[in-house]
This record gives sequence, structure tokens and C-alpha cells, in this order.
Amino acid sequence: MSPVLIGACLVLLGAAGVAFVRRRRLLCGALVLLVLAVAVTRGFGLPPDLAGLAIAAALLAVAAALSAGLKWSIVRFSGPAVAREFRTAPLTASFGILVILLYSTAALFAPWIAPHGEAEVISSSFAPPSSSLLLGADQLGRDIFSRIIYGARNSVGLALAATLLAFLLGAVSGLLAAIKGGIADQVLGRIADILMSVPALIFALLMLSIFGTGLLVIVLVIAVIYAPRVFRLTRAVAGNVVVMDYVEAARLRGEGDWYLIRREILPNAAAPLVAEFGLEFCFVFLLIAGLSFLGLGVQPPTADWGSMVRENATLISFGDMTPLIPAGAIALLTVSVNFVVDWMLLRSSGLKE
Amino acid sequence: MSSAQARDVLLEIRDLRIDGRTNEEWVPIIKGVDLTLHRGEVLGLIGESGAGKSTIGAAAMGYARDGTRISGGSVTFDGRDLVTASEAQRRALRGARIAYVAQSAAASFNPAHRIIDQHVEAPVHHRLRSKAEAREDAMALYERLRLPNPDEIGFRYPHQVSGGQLQRAMTAMAMSCRPDLIIFDEPTTALDVTTQIEVLAAIRDIVAEVGTAAIYISHDLAVVAQMADTIKVLLRGEGVEEAETRRMLSHPQEEYTRSLWAVRSFERPQKRRPAGGAAPLVEIAGVDAAYASGGKVLDDVSFEIHPGMTLAVVGESGSGKSTAARVITGLLPPARGEVRLKGSPLPPHFRDRSRAELRQVQMIYQMADTALNPKLRIRDIVGRPAQFYGGLSGKELRRRVEELLELIELDPADYMTRRPPELSGGQKQRIGIARALAADPEVIICDEVTSALDQLVAEGILKLLGRLQDELDLAYMFITHDLATVRAIADEVVVMRDGRVVEQGPKDEMFAPPHHPYTDLLLSSVPEMDPDWLSRLLEERGRDNIGEAARDGSGGH
Repeated sequence: MSPVLIGACLVLLGAAGVAFVRRRRLLCGALVLLVLAVAVTRGFGLPPDLAGLAIAAALLAVAAALSAGLKWSIVRFSGPAVAREFRTAPLTASFGILVILLYSTAALFAPWIAPHGEAEVISSSFAPPSSSLLLGADQLGRDIFSRIIYGARNSVGLALAATLLAFLLGAVSGLLAAIKGGIADQVLGRIADILMSVPALIFALLMLSIFGTGLLVIVLVIAVIYAPRVFRLTRAVAGNVVVMDYVEAARLRGEGDWYLIRREILPNAAAPLVAEFGLEFCFVFLLIAGLSFLGLGVQPPTADWGSMVRENATLISFGDMTPLIPAGAIALLTVSVNFVVDWMLLRSSGLKE
Repeated sequence: MSSAQARDVLLEIRDLRIDGRTNEEWVPIIKGVDLTLHRGEVLGLIGESGAGKSTIGAAAMGYARDGTRISGGSVTFDGRDLVTASEAQRRALRGARIAYVAQSAAASFNPAHRIIDQHVEAPVHHRLRSKAEAREDAMALYERLRLPNPDEIGFRYPHQVSGGQLQRAMTAMAMSCRPDLIIFDEPTTALDVTTQIEVLAAIRDIVAEVGTAAIYISHDLAVVAQMADTIKVLLRGEGVEEAETRRMLSHPQEEYTRSLWAVRSFERPQKRRPAGGAAPLVEIAGVDAAYASGGKVLDDVSFEIHPGMTLAVVGESGSGKSTAARVITGLLPPARGEVRLKGSPLPPHFRDRSRAELRQVQMIYQMADTALNPKLRIRDIVGRPAQFYGGLSGKELRRRVEELLELIELDPADYMTRRPPELSGGQKQRIGIARALAADPEVIICDEVTSALDQLVAEGILKLLGRLQDELDLAYMFITHDLATVRAIADEVVVMRDGRVVEQGPKDEMFAPPHHPYTDLLLSSVPEMDPDWLSRLLEERGRDNIGEAARDGSGGH
């Protein structure tokens, strides 16, 4: 591919970027597709560095096109309320949703998608990629691609369970503290302070070495570590809602605490909580990956992205990128979740560009 | 105050169009308004909320507020079009030649800096005065605006002076560069009537002395009548009519203007207690109350609410009238004394009251925005009390909600499934009323229910409340600082001040002399539609005996 063509491609990409900023969606899509076509047809004849660049650009374009497509289909095929929300969503948000959808598909249908079993040894150790081993084999000769897909189920499922439990604990106690006030508020608040004063990783390591490294223990320990943060946020948000006149009106009617939480406070505190959920999910996910990397998290032979990084870490010194793939899977999910969270935060805060 | 001024044009707005952004679309909010302001002239802009008064005020500075854009027309200030001027040019004018006084001085001053430091910013920035000169000038202005201790008051922080003083300090700040034009955006709306007078008098005098032109934005006709040479009426982003103040007051041309003027004439016939000393519905007897953090807010307060009658509780902010309501509802248990419902004492704290007791006393709030849960549907908001107290469900509940919505004159089919953010202010307040009615109460406490509403809407609410009282035989405790409202609907009046009941009795007696001096002060402080009212009042009372000074004086009687 001649430098002229590369230059032309870059100009086109730049134009696509401008078109995107100027909200000319169709133009943007067309330009990106043009670049894509050029990159795919001509890119493979390039010197390796430039080919890599072209492929990266093409991937980016594909991601943008897919997210735009997803957004368009959501706007087109959903009810008016959902469509209104999505019409104003930035492309990053629909990209995040796209990735999350992909990951959850992988997690839900892992046995059907993965070409090989989770712990099945099918070749020599560190075998290079081939048509049956898409990403090569790990140190025991297991298919890395299959293990990544199973890993989605284990890592994401575990993180989700732990985050949900943390939210249940934190949100309920936060709401109670906000409604009850007084001594209940003080006691719950001080418990949260004590839990937060211990560094998270040290606390987790301590608990896991005391109670062993079962999945249930991991979930419980992580939930206890993260619940205080959720508690503090919930209490702050609910504290602003509790002083509203409609809550006073409900109290004067004689309503019980459960009704107040369920009908009056929670619906008005939901938006920041949902956004916080995404954020905490990332932290939990990273903590589990870190624990697995240290050997205290998910135990072999269960596939988990964190432990996969550790198992294949030696390959890095040979210039092989295999250990980066599970790390990349973690990074992509975290970034995607944050994209979605950013959008939700923007919506709940009512900020406009 | 206009005649002697030179009549050359200072500000000319032609066919001004401004769009606002809602739901990703630009919607016109100002639809071609013309306006001409001569040097030294004061123009009053009148209209309901949403009429575009403040937007035009901002546009007169060449400024489009967040979420709005100037889409057409011209704003010519002293020969220069501000719409096409560069941002640097506009910035050079703002503060120096065009100044702005906002509604809430408390929110507009930076609480972290002393008043005088904020005052000297503009003249120093525009290189009109040195810092020392600007300070000297600030003190002179404070003196002319009759602020107490003019040499010292500027060195306080904004929270250390009262609301009325702060509003005057803000006017002084606007004057700091001796601008050609000042825009006053509802400067006295948040103030008590007695405080309002001193601010009005100060603003009027200094504007006349310095010869500044001004745009005075307000929804209160009587206030604008005191301040403006000409009045312009706005309705939904369009000019309705414009005329010289006296002519506008005496001969309004347009139907809409006449309807605005007519609002003040609404009055319900006064009811009297039945002869023979019938038992009161709610009785509050010898109540003292205090918040945990401070001293007494209620001091030996006693009054009665009788069935089917309206008791208005009047007083300025801080007089304890809302606290009295909190004692009745049980939110604040009294330190001494008790609250009786139909002769039997109510438990002091609402948690200890039975459902039947809670049901009989309902409340309507001042801010309908915060009084209705924005996430619930109207059906659920109105239906909940009926479900909670009456045990209704399913079809019965639905029928009851429909009945209630019809009672408050909203179409059930249209409003059942909406949520509060989709309603206007007046409609929200109606939903608040429906929620109170859903409990089937004997007495409703109305806490400043009309003060956040436009006059026409407020009148609609008052008429509705009146009709409901006749139909359902309700008693109201009507908390307000607005004496016009009291005059319109009260049967009996309680005047409160500093946590004490100053005077109480039937309305006609309260509004007829001889008054308690404080009642007299309150009554005479309500602006009237007569453009000479303020001048006459100042003559009667004397310049130094208005506002805070007058209030402190009357306490001694």
C-alpha cells in the first residue's frame, strides 16, 4: 500500500471523526466503511508495523460501526421511552453495552460456544495458534480461547454475585440509617468506618487465609469489603431524599419504614446507585482477578482471567502476547462498564454537554 | 421620575427571538419581542413565570443563559448590536455599563469573601477606579442606600447581614461602575413585605439620583407600579402591550392584561363561628416549642380552628407560623402545652398517633415540586392515602382516584398515569390537594400553598380550595405571609411575630382599625396598585422609619 493511500485513509478517518462530532451519523459510517474496505483489501501487503496499525484502525472502525448499529436498532425497535434515552446516548455507551452483551452471551452459552472443554488437555504446552487452537495453548496444553470463554462465566459471574451481595448489604443498611437517623445511623456509620479503615487487599488476604479459598468465602469477603462504600453513598443520596416534603407527607400518613424505602426513597436514589453499581463491579472484578493472580482467588483447574494471566506469565519474557489476552479481556470489560456508567452518571446528574 | 431625563435611546431590542433546548430540540421561548429603553427610564417587565422576563433581561446584556440561544433579532445598546458583538466586547460592557441584580442576593454573593471585596471587583477589573477609591465609593453608596453602619457593613461576610441589607448591598454593587443600565430581576420577591419596602425605596431613590436606566422584572404588579415609568406585559414569550405606568393601570387595553389586574379583586364571603360557643376542631393551647439547637420558636401560642372555617396564620419569615403547623402535625413535639383534636388531646409525637388521628389532619405544602414524589404516577400518589386509610383497592380505588381528580378539576383519563414532572406548577399543587383530600380529612393545613405560583394560577387554587370547603365542609389552617391572600379567603386571622401571637380575631375586625401596631405595619406594607403608594407611605412613616427600623420600633408597644 502506497504512502499516498495511507495518507488518504488517515484523512478519511479524520473526516469520519469530524462527521461523528458534527452528528452526521450516516456520513461518518460511510467514511469508516470506506477506510475499512481499503485497510482490509490492501492492509495485508503492508510492512508488519503498518499492517498492525491498519488492522487496529479497522478494528476501531468495526467497533464504532457495530456500536452505532446496535444503538440504531435499539432506538428503532424499542418503546418510545427507551428510544428517547438511547437517542442521546454517546457512541461509547453503546459500545460498552455491546461488549457487555458479548461477554454475557459468552458467559451464558460457554459450553456451546467454546470449541474445547474448560480443563481439557488437547495439545502440547504453549502450542502456537492454529485453526483448531485459535489463540494457542497454555502451559498444560489447554485451549486458551475456550478457557477465556469459560473465564467469562467464572470471573464475571463471581464478580457479579459479590457486587450484588455488597449492594444488598450496603444499600439496605444505608437506607435504614438515613430513615432512622440517630443511634442506628451512628452505629451503622461507625461499623462502616471500621471496615473501611482496613486496606481492602490485606483484609481479603487475611480472611481468605483464615477461611480458605472457597467461592462462597470469596463472595462473602468481597461483599463485606465493598458494602461500606455502598453504604456511604446510599446514606448520602437517601439523606437528600429523606428531607423531601413527600417523604414527610408519607411519614405523617403513618407509613412504615419498608414502604418509605420501597416507594418513596429507592426510586429517587436509584440512578446514582445503578451508576455506582457499575463502578463497584469493576473494582470487585479487578480485586478478584488480583486475588486469582496471587493464587488466593479462583482455584485451578477452573478458568479465570486473573489466574490465566499468572499461569502464562512466563511467556512474556519470550515476547509472546498470550498472557496479555486474558488481561485484555479484563481491561475491555472494565472500560466498557465504565463507558456505560459514565453515561448513566451523566443522565442522573442531568448534566448536558 | 422620568420627565427631566434626556430622551435619547439607550437600549433597543428589535424582533428578539430566543430558543430554549428541550428534549434535543430547539423550541422558541421568545417569539419576536420589541423593546425600547431611553436613558434614565425605568421599564417594568411583567408576566407569569415562563413568560420570558428573565430571559429578556439576560438578553439585554447580550447574554443567552445555558440551554438557550439567541436565534434572531437585534439588541442594540448605545449604538452597538450585542448579538453580533464579540464576547470580549460584551464582557467589556457587562459590569461597567450594564449591571444585573439577581433575585436572591444570598445565592449571588460568594459566601467566602467579604461584601466590599466583591463590590470593588468590577471597578478595579474595568480599570475605572483604584481599589481604595472603589472602597470609598462603596461606603458612600452604602450610605445612600441607607444601610446601617455604612463604613463597617461592607467588611462583613454575606451571611452576617440580613436579606434586605444584602439585597441593597447588591444594588450598591451593581452601581459600583455607575452603569447606564441595571437589570433588576425580581429583587424583592424573596423578601418580607416590611423589608421589601426599604429595598424598593432605596432602589428607586438611587436609580433616580444617578439617572440610571433600569429594567425592572417582577411578577408583582403593585411593586412594578411603584418603580417603573412604563410597563410592558409579556405572555409566553410575546409582548402583550406596553404603556406608561399610570395609563397601563387605569386603562389596560388587552384582555390578558385586564385579567392580571382583576386577580386582586377575588374575595370569599366571611363565615362566622356559630353562636353559642361551638367546640373547636383543633385547639392549640399554651404551646411552647423549641428546636434542639436553639431557643424558643413558639412562646405560649394558643388558637383554635373551627369546623368548616378558614383560619389564616400571618407573619413574616421566622415568626413561627410554620413551626405551629409542625406542632399540630406532630413533627415537633411541644415543650409545653398541648394540641387537642375535637376536645381530646393528641399525642405530641406523630409516631404515637393512631391512623384515625393522623387521617383527620392533612397537609398541603408550599413547594409542590418537593411535595410530590417525582417517580410515582398520579394514580399512586392520590390513591395511596385512600388505600392506606380507607382500605380501598382495585376498581373501588380507581373510582375514588377518578372522583378526586374530578374534584380538583383535572381530567382523570389524561392525568392518571402521568408523573409530577409532566405537570405545571398549578397542576402539581392540585395533585397535592387531591392527596390531602384522599385521606378524607377534617382539617387541612395549607403552608404557603400559593406563594410559589403565578397570580392567576394562585387564584385558581384559592377558588378551588374555597369550593372544596363549601362542598366537603373542610376547615383550613392557612399559613401565609401574603395579606392579599388572607383578605381573599380567611374567616379568622392570627397574627404571629417572633413566636408569639400578637393579635387574633375575625377577619373584618382584624382589617378594620384600630390595629395592633405590628398588624398595622404589616397591613400598610402591602404594596398597592397605586403608583403613588410608596411615596405616600414614605411620607407618612418618614424615611428612617421603614423596614427593619419600623419593625423594631413597633415591638415596644
